Amino acid sequence: MITYLSNNWETVLDALKQHVALALIPVLIGFVVALPIGYLGVRYPWLYHPLVNTCGVLYSIPSLALFVFLPVILGTKILSPLNIVVALTIYTVALLARTVADGLKSVDPLVVQSATAMGYRRLRRLADVELPVALPVILAGLRVATVANISLVSVGALIGVGGLGQLFTRGFQLFYVEPILVGIILSVLLAGAADLTIVLIQRLLTPWTRFQAGAA
Amino acid sequence: MNLSYLVDPANWALTTDGSIPQLILSHLYYVALALLIGTAVALPIGLWIGHTGRGSFLAINAGNAGRSLPTLGLLMLMVTLLGLGLTPVLIALTVLVIPPVLTSAYAGVRSLDQRVVDAAKGVGMRPWQVLTKVELPMALPVLMSGFRSAALQVVATATVAAAVGLNGLGRLLIDGLAVNDYSRVLAGAIVVAVLAVVLDLVLALAQRWVVSPGLSKR
Repeated sequence: MITYLSNNWETVLDALKQHVALALIPVLIGFVVALPIGYLGVRYPWLYHPLVNTCGVLYSIPSLALFVFLPVILGTKILSPLNIVVALTIYTVALLARTVADGLKSVDPLVVQSATAMGYRRLRRLADVELPVALPVILAGLRVATVANISLVSVGALIGVGGLGQLFTRGFQLFYVEPILVGIILSVLLAGAADLTIVLIQRLLTPWTRFQAGAA
Repeated sequence: MNLSYLVDPANWALTTDGSIPQLILSHLYYVALALLIGTAVALPIGLWIGHTGRGSFLAINAGNAGRSLPTLGLLMLMVTLLGLGLTPVLIALTVLVIPPVLTSAYAGVRSLDQRVVDAAKGVGMRPWQVLTKVELPMALPVLMSGFRSAALQVVATATVAAAVGLNGLGRLLIDGLAVNDYSRVLAGAIVVAVLAVVLDLVLALAQRWVVSPGLSKR
């Protein structure tokens, strides 16, 4: 494996860079899109169940199907990385919109009432009170979405764009274990690193959760 | 949106090799086997960890570790090591089933009110009876939701079996792509998505049926 790495480190590095971009850009876009959608699911309770069901159906579309089908809808080239980005953004939104709604729902109504009583308007209250309190739930969802995206990117290799997944298809075609192993290990490490980063961000943003855990 | 492949009756003939019903059957066959093996492995371990409280670390982290393993890579690794066939596909899909089932079995048992478990011991139940008559039935709602998400994931992922020469609905995607037949690709995508939704509905019904009425408050 070391020989493979030293002979092919440029290929591997390029694949890794592409993998990071393909996995993380959708997480960022998806997060931004999911916030208002999830909020609407709480603001208008009748929207909640349709929202959850739509997300469930979207998430059940196999990634391979979405990757090959998006070019038809978007008019992009089949080899365009944009297909992967859009597909993974859809998955991220499907996962996070529900988590955002559940997170906002989990905020103690008393907290919301106190904030209202103190004179917070709806949007200020959302930004300053409800979102921060819901953050642990939302970030837990973000962790799942990020890790899932990182492992899903490689499926794109079946249509020619897949970051580390290209190492899988190459190894598979040549019947050669090394690139596949390198790809799997890097993909798992990347997922672990991304997961850890979100955990650290959560610790920074929600110091009170640690305090409560210590007190209880 | 070209639905011609999906609505062509010739593609729905039961007896033709590679027709949609046949692909659905082979797809469901992989899914069922993976769910069966995965549950047979993960359920006892998850219940045991939940029951004894030993090894919680493993149960909590199994979920994320399993999600981060790229299934396609695992599948191609297995094929490279073991050769083409059903075994490498089953291994890759089973690895997908184990984490959610294990984690939810553990979480289901752990989240029980400990007074219930104490009461069960108090009335003279043996550890085995506590597990099978109290902890397992009461953990079922959580366990079933883990099983359902595993099933959803396996139905969607079983499409990659076609990438290593097996059947299943992935054939429509891979072959359609190979010959630039987008109506076939679309047919595959739609059938898999519908299959996933239907399977989830069936499992939701099964859940209503197996979960004790006292728990679901019906």
